[in-house]
Amino acid sequence: MTASTAGHAALNKVSKPMRPPRKIWRWSNLPLVSYLQAMPLALILGLFLLLPILTIGMVSFWDYDSVRIYPDFVTFNYTETLGSWVTWKIYLNTFKFTLIVWLLTLFIGFWVAYFLAFHIRSVTMQMVLFLVCTVPFLTSNIIRMISWVPFLGRNGLINSSLIELGIVPKPIEFLLFSEFAVVLAMVHLYTLFMVTPIFNTLMRIDRSLIEAARDAGASGFQILTNVIIPLAKPGIAIGSIFVVTLVMGDFITVRFMSGGQSASVGLMMANQISLLQYPAAAANAVILLIVVLLIVAAILRVVDIRKEL
Amino acid sequence: MHSEKRSREFYILAFFFTLFVLFLYGPLSTIFILSFQGPSGGLTFPMNGASLHWFSNLFEQQAVGDFGGSFRRSMILGLMTTTITVVVSLLAGLAFRRRFKGSTFLFYLAISSLVVPSILISLGIGLFFQVLGIRPAWWSSGLGAHLTWTLPFGVLIMFAVFNRFSPVYEEAARDLGANAWQTFRYVVLPMIAPSLIGVGLFGFTLSYDEFARTLMAAGTFNTLPLEIYGMTTNVTTPVLYALGTVTSAFSFLIIIIALTAIIIVGRRRARIG
Repeated sequence: MTASTAGHAALNKVSKPMRPPRKIWRWSNLPLVSYLQAMPLALILGLFLLLPILTIGMVSFWDYDSVRIYPDFVTFNYTETLGSWVTWKIYLNTFKFTLIVWLLTLFIGFWVAYFLAFHIRSVTMQMVLFLVCTVPFLTSNIIRMISWVPFLGRNGLINSSLIELGIVPKPIEFLLFSEFAVVLAMVHLYTLFMVTPIFNTLMRIDRSLIEAARDAGASGFQILTNVIIPLAKPGIAIGSIFVVTLVMGDFITVRFMSGGQSASVGLMMANQISLLQYPAAAANAVILLIVVLLIVAAILRVVDIRKEL
Repeated sequence: MHSEKRSREFYILAFFFTLFVLFLYGPLSTIFILSFQGPSGGLTFPMNGASLHWFSNLFEQQAVGDFGGSFRRSMILGLMTTTITVVVSLLAGLAFRRRFKGSTFLFYLAISSLVVPSILISLGIGLFFQVLGIRPAWWSSGLGAHLTWTLPFGVLIMFAVFNRFSPVYEEAARDLGANAWQTFRYVVLPMIAPSLIGVGLFGFTLSYDEFARTLMAAGTFNTLPLEIYGMTTNVTTPVLYALGTVTSAFSFLIIIIALTAIIIVGRRRARIG
């Protein structure tokens, strides 16, 4: 994406006068410094991410009874999990949630980001509205889930107004504690993960490209599908990774919003954990991790995220 | 799009955006209103009078579990997480300015820390501590679990900041005779200070509200979100909403303080030039 067109502003921004790097000896040029600077991050992630995941892998081959777990090498944690039709059904259910929530958050997230990036003219206003969208992300997920109760409950706002208006004779039961409620809460919680990366990529689209497309006779719809969406793909990919992994591993939203009437992989694991069946939960965790990583790898084939930051 | 007259597309999208904002804030504002429910009021409308009954109920120890203790723990944990996140992210951001052996691996490790489902981190840390024979506690395993969530955000923010950071300022400083520390302290640090406050804000709020990763890593004593979660299963009075209002108000306060700090730091820099 070169700024060869008339975009003077873009040109100024892109090519800051860069002097060729001078080779002067400085202690800060030693690779050792980089290693020292990266060390704390590597240590923390090694200790609290890498080793725990390896532990899960190890424990998934352990044996257990109702009280404790034993070091061993057994594979029945896997064969039992994979051999049970319940597992497959739960995975199917989880994929269903993932697909629905992904489509909804993508649709909402794209149009919100598009509105902010292309229709709000002042940068200050853009930032203010973006913050308005961001702030709920920084508050408690559980509180945000609880806050649906007065809306969706049997005597909640929606039901009482529907009855008052004479649209339904008695309260609709499926609003709260249902799969509908799960999807609603997930969209509520996770849309922001879509808005932010898409907004970020849309903001970096060179406006002269859109003008050029317009001058070449493209309609608004053609500009959207041939210019904007292709350039927004990296943001869409990053947002999709967030949403897909969050929904795939979710257990709290499913538990709370479905009132125990629906299942997900995360919830299945959480139940095994509460029954102290750690090796079974660990085998489930390994399977879930592989599935999630495969999805992420598939999305990453579309875009190299390191280039996009 | 750039024409002076607002297009029809603008009004449709503006309407859509307004609905989205209502969707984001509507539920939160209802529990805010309902937390002022009268003493005989229930979990839904109508309001049976207005009172501060449920707020005072919140501070009676026996009524709703250990609200004060869990708040204190979440507060300390949040501050610990914030400090470590800011320092470690800054150092990692500086390190990533150059390619070093293993930098790609470390970067993807940080990304995977976001991508790995939270329940896996929780289970993993719980099992890891169990296998090692160490008792999990909120200030050790809990802190680690929170860092796996806050550090990737911090690292990504710093990564983005330094990607756009022109080295000419540092070169100018060095040409003027500043040593490496002076260059960092008086040139680089002031320029990235707003971003660091942003990292701190993320660090604190994400830690303060974190639930899924803490579940198995917190040990005996609950953090505030765990306490709230426990309440959802056995508390059926508006005291739940009062708690929601108080913690959300606290979150908003932190956000406002951080944003004010960012604006002040930015203004001061602009004035100095």
